[in-house]
Amino acid sequence: MTGLAAPTPAPTPSPRPGRAALLAADPRTRKRNAAERRFRFCGVMAISIGLLFLVVLLAAIVSKGAGAFRQTFIALEVELREDTLDKNGNRAPEDIAKASTFAYAPLLGDALLAAIRDNGITTELQTRKEIKPLLSASAAAQVRDFVIANPERIGETVAFSVLAASRVDGYLKGRVSRDSVARSKNMDARHLDLIDALRDAGVVEKRFNPAFITGTDASEARPEQAGIGAAMLGSFFMMLVVLLLSLPIGVAASIYLEEFAPRNRLTDFIEINIANLAAVPSIVFGILGLAVFIRFAHLPQSAPLVGGLTLALMTLPTIVISTRASLTAVPPSIRDAALALGASKMQAVFHHTLPLAMPGILTGAIIGLAQALGETAPLLLIGMVGFIASTHPDGLASGFLDPNSAMPAQIYEWAKRADPAYYERAWGGIILLMLFLAAMNITAILLRRRFERRW
Amino acid sequence: MPFVKPITTALAGAALCATATTATARDNVQIAGSSTVLPYASIVAEAFGENFDFPTPVVESGGSSAGLKRFCEGVGENSIDIANASRAIREREIKVCTENGVSEIIEVRIGYDGIVFASDINGDAFAFTPSDWFLALSDTVLVDGVLAENPHTTWDQVNPSLPARTIRAFVPGTKHGTREVFEDKVILAGCEATGAFDALMAAAEGDEKARKKAAESACIALRTDGVSVDIDGDYTETLARINATKDAIGVFGLAFYENNTGTLQVATMSGVTPSTETISTGEYPVSRPLFFYVKAAHIGVIPGLKEYAGFFVSDEIAGPDGPLAEYGLVSDPELAATQSAVAEEQTLDADM
Repeated sequence: MTGLAAPTPAPTPSPRPGRAALLAADPRTRKRNAAERRFRFCGVMAISIGLLFLVVLLAAIVSKGAGAFRQTFIALEVELREDTLDKNGNRAPEDIAKASTFAYAPLLGDALLAAIRDNGITTELQTRKEIKPLLSASAAAQVRDFVIANPERIGETVAFSVLAASRVDGYLKGRVSRDSVARSKNMDARHLDLIDALRDAGVVEKRFNPAFITGTDASEARPEQAGIGAAMLGSFFMMLVVLLLSLPIGVAASIYLEEFAPRNRLTDFIEINIANLAAVPSIVFGILGLAVFIRFAHLPQSAPLVGGLTLALMTLPTIVISTRASLTAVPPSIRDAALALGASKMQAVFHHTLPLAMPGILTGAIIGLAQALGETAPLLLIGMVGFIASTHPDGLASGFLDPNSAMPAQIYEWAKRADPAYYERAWGGIILLMLFLAAMNITAILLRRRFERRW
Repeated sequence: MPFVKPITTALAGAALCATATTATARDNVQIAGSSTVLPYASIVAEAFGENFDFPTPVVESGGSSAGLKRFCEGVGENSIDIANASRAIREREIKVCTENGVSEIIEVRIGYDGIVFASDINGDAFAFTPSDWFLALSDTVLVDGVLAENPHTTWDQVNPSLPARTIRAFVPGTKHGTREVFEDKVILAGCEATGAFDALMAAAEGDEKARKKAAESACIALRTDGVSVDIDGDYTETLARINATKDAIGVFGLAFYENNTGTLQVATMSGVTPSTETISTGEYPVSRPLFFYVKAAHIGVIPGLKEYAGFFVSDEIAGPDGPLAEYGLVSDPELAATQSAVAEEQTLDADM
């Protein structure tokens, strides 16, 4: 015992010959320090490469897509001639509606010719037919809608700001060059000279175009009119279905699995399958949606309801996994305390565990929704891609059931089209989609920051 | 139980929606089919929605065959009213239609679509004949009078007047209607012109008809050594491939080319430059008619269906100065006959 009580004095380290003092690093330390420096350098490099890619990507998207938010307009004083628009002169709505957009086109042509004359521009293009390529086909419809809404203005000269054709817009944005126009059959250099002169006179101007964000898709003959608004509503209704279905079902399923279900082979099996489902490629859910919702249940094709149901299937596993993770993160002491004070199991879960797990659940749900919002593959199979979303849904039932597109599907559709003007709109659509995704992810982060509790 | 309520409401909502679809009458025209006809159909649908009191028709793509399949599924609100097709309906499809109760079909020819060969704007210009394409792309050609595996690697080996460029072509995949026209009007024509058709027919066995058929399918078999690449996607994909491979030639629709004259130059075929004029006169050989098919049983049930069909073929839309011609459709010289056929609701059976 005494031997233990009196420890042998520790051997004093005797400096070995050639060994440096504490302040100077020995080779081994230097080696370790170098390894650490290398590792840090690699880390910094990895992050900088990642940031570089991000910056390049964002710069590419913004530089290619920013143009879609601005559009070229032509200011015209259109004379609403009674002899063409209301031949009977009685202002009866049905008579006015009989004048088709083809009757309005000459009025617009005359108005543009008048604008050219009034501004003292000399050009070889003297006829309505020759200057027709400058105006968008949507202009006639715009004026017609105005006349049908205000029949009393027939006979007056009214100022309109109409869309210019996409080639004109492309020229002012630098997409259409004099070289490429030389080979086009509808336009030539004289048109470009005229556009330059009209721009100097202030008749043609490029400005912010809210219709790109709110409008509907257009045909391939008039890219200048196309907007992503209808597809945005389609996405909105789809997300509504996803939220209403996958959040309650997912949360209820995970609460039961996590808090109530007995641990046995069956629950293990279910658990493994949920994890597997989360890794299933999204196109598989599209095939499932096609087989079950459209072929079997006969729900309408291309409807946001079906899109939402399909995407809800895809989002469910994500929500279940994140909910279970956040339920597990609540310390057992909270449950124990509640049970000890006489709460039933359900009270303990709903009054104590669930509120504490809520921020995590919401974060998971929002990230799942964001994933669903950007998903295109399942929509391919249920007919939401390749569909021309040319009308806004009117009302709730029509929003869910009428054929519509979704934002990523609309972008894909635009990227496929022949006119290069649609290419720019596809990039513009990507900007909007990214803004939505960023907003959702930021909300998720804020929720977590605001409500997260640590133990 | 705060979570039980939303589930039940959601389920009830879904059930309500499901019943609502079968209950409400459809008031818009539904169209599906060829992606070649899609741009034209959407241009017409847009103008139709603007000028009539009917809602804008719903237009979907998916391909001629898929569209006709949906068209032939039956009569009723759940089936489409119009199928767009870049080829005429086949006997087999008419049979399926009749079996499903779709016995009255109105065929409407809207005009012609040209198929053009285009290459990068900064490359060499090409002037082809069908024989050049056959000699460049077929897997068996006549070499010194004997059938042999295609030995050609550059265009000047095919035809000394062509530039000395590596042969590389992007042709539409077999699921496209365009492929059929390309095979028929270019490869097969070249096969016959070079004499390979007769040689193949002589080599084949069986009776006259079987030998002819064997020779035809041997003619249109393209080489598989990577010189000819099938593009299953859209023309935009072909364009992207040409941007990446500068000396390649791609097959496009005339409308697509006319919208991309800034990046593509078009090749002549047998000395004729493709344009709406040369196609309508028949000088340019590679073209095909475009159609849409109307379910006669739906006329009067679906509001606006007949009006849409009539509007589509009206002079102001499908005529030579209309928006469709402006976009690239070659208008039909016999449009007036089509207009009266639509007005009288002439069905396919009537003229057979």
